[in-house]
Amino acid sequence: MKSGPSTRNGPTDVTPAPRTLFDKIWDQHVIARLPGGEDLIHVDRHIMFELTGAIAFRDIAAKGRKPFSPDLIYSTMDHVISTERRDREAATSEAGRKMIAEFRDGVRRHPPRAFFDLDDPRQGIVHVVSPEQGIALPGLTLLCGDSHTCTVGGLGALAWGVGSSEVEHVLVTQTIRRKKPKTMRITVDGKLRPVTYAKDLVLALLARFGTSVGTGYAVEFAGSAVRALGVEGRLTLCNMAIELGARIGQVAPDETTYAYLHGRPFAPKGPMWERALAHWRKLPSDAEASFDHEVSLDASTLGPQITWGTSPEQAMPIDRLVPDPNSMADPVRREAAMKAVRYMGLAPGEPIIGVPIDVVFIGSCTNSRLSDLEAAAAVVGNRKVAPGVRALVVPGSGLVAKSAEEKGLDGVFRAAGFEWRAPGCSMCVAANGDQVGSGQRAVSTSNRNFEGRQGPGARTHLASPATAAASAIAGCIADPRPLMT
Amino acid sequence: MFSFRGHAGIAAPLPLANVDTDAIAPMRFLITSERKGMGRALFANWREEDPDFVLSKAPWREATILVAGANFGCGSSREMAVWALAEAGFRAVVAPSFGEIFETNCFKNGVLALMLPEGTVQTLLGQLARGEGGSRIEIDLEANMIAGPDGSRIPFAVDPARREALLEGLDEIEQTLRRRAEIAAFQLADRQRRPWVYDAG
Repeated sequence: MKSGPSTRNGPTDVTPAPRTLFDKIWDQHVIARLPGGEDLIHVDRHIMFELTGAIAFRDIAAKGRKPFSPDLIYSTMDHVISTERRDREAATSEAGRKMIAEFRDGVRRHPPRAFFDLDDPRQGIVHVVSPEQGIALPGLTLLCGDSHTCTVGGLGALAWGVGSSEVEHVLVTQTIRRKKPKTMRITVDGKLRPVTYAKDLVLALLARFGTSVGTGYAVEFAGSAVRALGVEGRLTLCNMAIELGARIGQVAPDETTYAYLHGRPFAPKGPMWERALAHWRKLPSDAEASFDHEVSLDASTLGPQITWGTSPEQAMPIDRLVPDPNSMADPVRREAAMKAVRYMGLAPGEPIIGVPIDVVFIGSCTNSRLSDLEAAAAVVGNRKVAPGVRALVVPGSGLVAKSAEEKGLDGVFRAAGFEWRAPGCSMCVAANGDQVGSGQRAVSTSNRNFEGRQGPGARTHLASPATAAASAIAGCIADPRPLMT
Repeated sequence: MFSFRGHAGIAAPLPLANVDTDAIAPMRFLITSERKGMGRALFANWREEDPDFVLSKAPWREATILVAGANFGCGSSREMAVWALAEAGFRAVVAPSFGEIFETNCFKNGVLALMLPEGTVQTLLGQLARGEGGSRIEIDLEANMIAGPDGSRIPFAVDPARREALLEGLDEIEQTLRRRAEIAAFQLADRQRRPWVYDAG
């Protein structure tokens, strides 16, 4: 008997076994089963940007290789570019300008389907641009040389991040070799309370389940709290799947997804839209599908969350005290907590609310979309940023910035004393000169609070845009809820 | 391309969990398309901040194997973390678990990311920190066996596809390109099933 790509749950020539969203998409993309247990998977979309793209173009030039399917590649710039609003290229570092030039040269030699250069209004962070443009779609495989590629799983795409060697593999073959991961479902039921967002939800998941729970798994986020999120919230949730250890995070597509995608520039149109829609409607996990691992969380008890340490799992509700490492039973966790508390300059047992801050960063592929900026602006209102605090808003794309400006949000931020900057990764990855100084403390809407992530010696607290905005106004870590009642 | 059959060398203990790739290769060294020169990035912040950092001290200054805590290499997909380790002379990292992208990147560069049970890693970390039996570890990928500093032999398992690629030093891109016709045929058939994938917008 010939076994098709969907034999994981039994042969396909009998009644098809129930399958997960992940299984269905994976199976549709298997070109070949390779000896040794890996599958050769077709890559429907490859997103390139300057930081890893310049290396990839250099690698293929050195070996005389060329892109296999240039029409399936989309490119922009985000990591190293300045977020100054004027003369951005001139304001970028010399090393950064060299990367930009090398990447442009590669794009010129191997033109992709679309390239959003610095002067293009569509330019922005890869994982903001690809959903916004309808480049990422349900059921597509999408790869990019950035670990937060899992973000666009929020649309029901099968997306994951790869290193430079795999970027070259994708570029030259339009495929990836990978052993099929196991499946995990994270079910979050209950209704999120006011001023509590997808970011708080994922920080609570990290605090509860840790940074390794997803290792080896493709995660599907499910449950009523996830269904109730808009697409932008789902993108935020899936963005931090990698922080849970999972390269892949997904939310099954539904009417919310389709309404978001309809009419996007690279999404299918007319009869093709109808055909795609029929395909997408068959993708969600079958009711009886089984997962290799399942965990769950109740959303209804959650409030705003914040990290206190140097790993995203070192998170807690904002109204708690900085934990005392000595009270931790597990020696590995205790050691990590001691090191983290020392680095962060915090005293065990002190309330985290009220700890003075130097910087607030609202941006990144986690939280730089219109709804994020709206949530932050609602907290700001007519208030002012506290003296001595540097506060930045970095929209995720030129189109996010334009929408925000049309709604007057830039005015709210500017009047309060925030810097309103041009789109890019900025202070999340600190590759473009936007940095938190050594020993300075930042509340950041980004995804990683690692030592030195936002600059050598920088101290990062991860939180939602509302919490970041409230903290900017207070001049210290602050709960946004009192400002919203 | 890169092959790895086995390696013996000094092993450095880094008894920390969740060591991320930002710590292994800080961003300020990475704004370049050069693969070479990453060795100086390796743990640069920790080396600068802490004169007693393990890799700054004898005998571990000469280490070619790193033994670390769980979830080593989590975070960013930056392959420069592996290039930094490789250029600094490291051939293998031993840990209870790895960040998945880092683990994949290791194999693509002929660096062995070797997963051992938590207890075994803790034993090795203790022995190395105390200098019991010396500081050398021997890894034999052909025999799937590692010998600790005290000479005790510990069997291990590595994913068969990756093990073969390491032993043979296979160039995966060349291998996949041999399936060019198969990939093109898939795309042709898939274009009928899912035309919107290929004719976007």
